[in-house]
Amino acid sequence: MAIEPRKTPMLDQLEEGPWPSFISGIKRLRDQHPDERINKVTNDLLGQLEHSYNTRLGYWKGGTVSVFGYGGGIIPRFSEVGEMFPESKEFHTLRVQPPPANYYTTDMLRQLGDSWEKYGSGLQTFHGQTGNIMFIGTNTDGVQHFFDEINEYGWDLGGAGPCVRTAMSCVGAARCEQSCANEQKIHRLLVNNFTDDVHRPALPYKFKFKVSGCPNDCQNAIERADMAIIGTWRDDIKIKADEVKAFVEAKGRQYVIDNVITRCPTNAISLTDNDEIEVDNRNCVRCMHCINVMTKALSVGDDKGITILIGGKRTLKIGDLMGTVVVPFMKLETEEDYEGLVELAEECIDFFAENALEHERTGEMIERIGLVNYLEGIGVDVDPHMVDSPRQCSYVRMDTWDEEADKWFQRKAEEKSA
Amino acid sequence: MSEKEKPRMPIESGAPDGWQYMHPALRKNYGMWDYHDRPRPGVLHHVSKMGDEVWTVRVGTQRILDIFSLRKLMDIIDEKGDGYVRFTIRSNIEVTVSDQAKVDPLIAAMEEAGFVVGGTGPSVTTLSHTQGWLHCDIPGTDASGVVKSMMDQLIDEFKVEEMPNRVHITTSCCQINCGGQGDIAINVQHTKPPKINHDLVSNVCERPTVVARCPVAAIRPAMVNGKPSLEVDEKKCICCGACFPPCPPMQINDSEFTKLAVWVGGNHSNARSKPTFQKLVAAGIPNNPPRWPEATKIVKTILKCYKEDARDWERMNDWIDRIGWPRFFEMTELPFTKFHIDNWRGARQSLNSSTHIRF
Repeated sequence: MAIEPRKTPMLDQLEEGPWPSFISGIKRLRDQHPDERINKVTNDLLGQLEHSYNTRLGYWKGGTVSVFGYGGGIIPRFSEVGEMFPESKEFHTLRVQPPPANYYTTDMLRQLGDSWEKYGSGLQTFHGQTGNIMFIGTNTDGVQHFFDEINEYGWDLGGAGPCVRTAMSCVGAARCEQSCANEQKIHRLLVNNFTDDVHRPALPYKFKFKVSGCPNDCQNAIERADMAIIGTWRDDIKIKADEVKAFVEAKGRQYVIDNVITRCPTNAISLTDNDEIEVDNRNCVRCMHCINVMTKALSVGDDKGITILIGGKRTLKIGDLMGTVVVPFMKLETEEDYEGLVELAEECIDFFAENALEHERTGEMIERIGLVNYLEGIGVDVDPHMVDSPRQCSYVRMDTWDEEADKWFQRKAEEKSA
Repeated sequence: MSEKEKPRMPIESGAPDGWQYMHPALRKNYGMWDYHDRPRPGVLHHVSKMGDEVWTVRVGTQRILDIFSLRKLMDIIDEKGDGYVRFTIRSNIEVTVSDQAKVDPLIAAMEEAGFVVGGTGPSVTTLSHTQGWLHCDIPGTDASGVVKSMMDQLIDEFKVEEMPNRVHITTSCCQINCGGQGDIAINVQHTKPPKINHDLVSNVCERPTVVARCPVAAIRPAMVNGKPSLEVDEKKCICCGACFPPCPPMQINDSEFTKLAVWVGGNHSNARSKPTFQKLVAAGIPNNPPRWPEATKIVKTILKCYKEDARDWERMNDWIDRIGWPRFFEMTELPFTKFHIDNWRGARQSLNSSTHIRF
């Protein structure tokens, strides 16, 4: 071997135990990879990581690295202890946008791995918490060469910094009977409408789209996305009576009562004396629980669409915020419907760009200016689905009450005549 | 500039079309699935309205994949599967096949190669995590190492479906919490204000930006030793570390005072109750590489109580809602302290304003 392996007694302990070890993987690159460059880079990477384990401190700092034509998409990393670990002193990550729901062929993953092996460390992650493929560890030259190569066969960088970020979507209609939306189409229509805003960070802060095909929200959209698109339906839950009977027979009445009937958050479901399920669909809140339990017998309705929630984010800076319902239901059937969704997203991002403070997420901006001002800004009418309850404090000036009430009655009349 | 020297302009193709990478059965039955069941832990079985069936094997990996491991996985999927793969949000690999006979050999090959089949239904699935000391610029701890250590201890619960409902565990190496909400979240919690290198602040940091970043307005511009710098009102400081990313000379990480905290009950699903955020249960846990035994012990204790006491289909938050927080602390034998009582904005909504008390 051309290199002297660094001593890593702390990391060596992470090679023990039954779960696959990332340390063993990095050591394979150090000890077995035919390219000496990779042996050296991973040897020093292990050295710096061992140093972190010993001192309980991190040693990477950011910087400015991008590819020609873009302003973002790279996570630059320069070592603060580069003189001790010179081979990995530049160790940048490329964020690459995956296809919706992270589908790949083995051929494509091999091709991506082959390209990365040429220019990078040979380490990759599917996927980071941002939803991107993370190609971890290369120098400034490697960033450009690797990007040029994979960009030629269909891959583009994701977002990093104050920009529209890489979108995420669930397994979806491709392999889930609970899907109420075409997640792949929504995902690509939205994020690919904003490629300029993805690649050239110029917003107050990040803006994320996430798409979940049903209210189980496998993508964590309500809690993590500035714009969460959640599939739902507005007609009746579909019931297969014979499958209900079979389920009751297999599991027993008490199981069905304890695990389905009494778990309904709005008491909208009951089991009849004939072992039939009845649903009060007007009061069903589409929580998915009964459908999750009785996957064969119960299923989502036919009149599908989406609910849109705006403003989810984690702690920084004012504390955790969930998204708020801004569109209770939107039908997505025609191309015009989809255009309407994209136009709403444009309104949201334009308003955010113009009105948010630096480093302020959409949810924080709404907290600061109030939901009503936000709705007026993006051109959406108020709706009782947006609140858990109406105002409870009387300290509010309401001298335009009559005008606002008229707007409501006019809207209702228009909806009726439509 | 000659043609040869011109830099290559990017093709702004954005998110690629996934259709070309999907298993033919998924393309054929897109939007046409009828139901699913789980023939065994780690395997999903989907049946379409057109009568087609697919089986999906879910596999846990080390997530930070070296090229050898990636190729090994691809070899197995080519040989035993159909050559199609996807990844879940928790970085599990899902291999879909349209022939049931391929399932067992595929599982055997994955396990033979050291990967772990499971993570479906009511199991403890792979911890979601980020980069930590391996690659992040602000981490208080490692991510992959914490996950490896915990999954070594929780692997048996990954391979079976014996929890009341699914358990999502997350880790985060700072309070930005990239790992996200989880039934159990193990997050860094700093316990001392940042140490400021006043020689560097004015050269490295945009001071108004740093002042604005503080959630409690504890940072103000100041002249220190004749140099423009920043100072922190240490009585106000909540040690969150928000000033550190825009101003690295405000070092928040500390080999002793950076601790871990455990939070429970985060749930992103709308099933039964509305989505919930995680709540603090334990803090002051030593950040103890390479195995973090103290944090793992608390996680295992919480899981044991949940497994024994929760009813089927109750997620962590559903279970605690039913039994109440006093019982949670009693069962887990974790101390309840003044720090558990929230004082952030909206905190009053977390107080009990009723006589609903369990004895």
